[in-house]
Amino acid sequence: MDSKQRSNYVTSIADNHLILGQRLGELCGHGPNLETDIALTNIALDLFGQTRSYYQYAAQLDDAFASEDAVAFLRKEHEYHNVLLVEQPNTHFGFVIGRQFLFDAYHLLLLEQLQYSADATLAAIAQKAIKEVRYHQRFSSDWLKRLGDGTEKSRKKMQEAIDALWRYTDELFEMTPIDQLAVDAGIGVDLHALRPMYYQKISEVLEEATLVLPETNYFQKGGKQGRHTEHMGYLLADLQYMQRTYPNMDW
Amino acid sequence: MKKEWPLWEVFVRSKNGLEHRHFGSLHAADAEMALENARDVYTRRNEGVSIWVVESKYITASNPSENGEMFEPAKNKVYRHPTFYKLPDEVKHM
Repeated sequence: MDSKQRSNYVTSIADNHLILGQRLGELCGHGPNLETDIALTNIALDLFGQTRSYYQYAAQLDDAFASEDAVAFLRKEHEYHNVLLVEQPNTHFGFVIGRQFLFDAYHLLLLEQLQYSADATLAAIAQKAIKEVRYHQRFSSDWLKRLGDGTEKSRKKMQEAIDALWRYTDELFEMTPIDQLAVDAGIGVDLHALRPMYYQKISEVLEEATLVLPETNYFQKGGKQGRHTEHMGYLLADLQYMQRTYPNMDW
Repeated sequence: MKKEWPLWEVFVRSKNGLEHRHFGSLHAADAEMALENARDVYTRRNEGVSIWVVESKYITASNPSENGEMFEPAKNKVYRHPTFYKLPDEVKHM
């Protein structure tokens, strides 16, 4: 695995965090109440902090990127390799919690392996992030249970969100050629191995939340190859606006 | 049904060995949510190592209109401070 490929691997991990962070950031000032607003913004900031560490490293590894900002803001839509799950819109609070919960469970399993990466930088980033993500999972699982096992209305809305987002979960465990190269080199995580643990964890929490595990064999994919849903363009327009309008701006 | 979540008081210990101090209040539906909200609202700048939350209704407070009889009698009783003893020089940190 050459350093450009390694840079690609690092970027593909962090793209998920950048895009999910951006989605959560859209809620800043719009949370259902002050306390939850701050909590969601805290999670967004944790994710951006992690993204920076990954992108700084990616920019070091690949001369094509002038800086972490170039990685974050100057790529085209098909060059982002985040999963489709994280770009899904904040339809209602149930979707925000559902999306977060379905991602957090994956994120924690990923970091628990990545901390043993043969790449010392990746291992260090994972070790630092793991505590943050443990709290994210606690936050999203608690809310999932509260809404699922709440009123008739909250349960219906939470189930609606889980049903709608479920089709994006399997992509989390899809192995791209870069993922495979990273595993072969001892620096990456074998995503197939995480899948059974993931669905085990998810079904435990859903059961506690009195929600029904969706049954479907149809899963939507493509984000890891840069084929995104229709929501991604709008998200990037917002995310990239400042750098595109004022190139190289800094503050 | 009341729409507002109940109010909770938040106490944070900023360092081991120090006491929990009142930091403020917040709204939450239950104790677990109050604890998580307190973590997110009051300790996001590394302010604490321990949090207590208690629903505000369980705190019995003195009535400000009774401050006269509650607190003023203590005002002119300086002899209740242990400042009238002569301390030997050898005794430090008193």
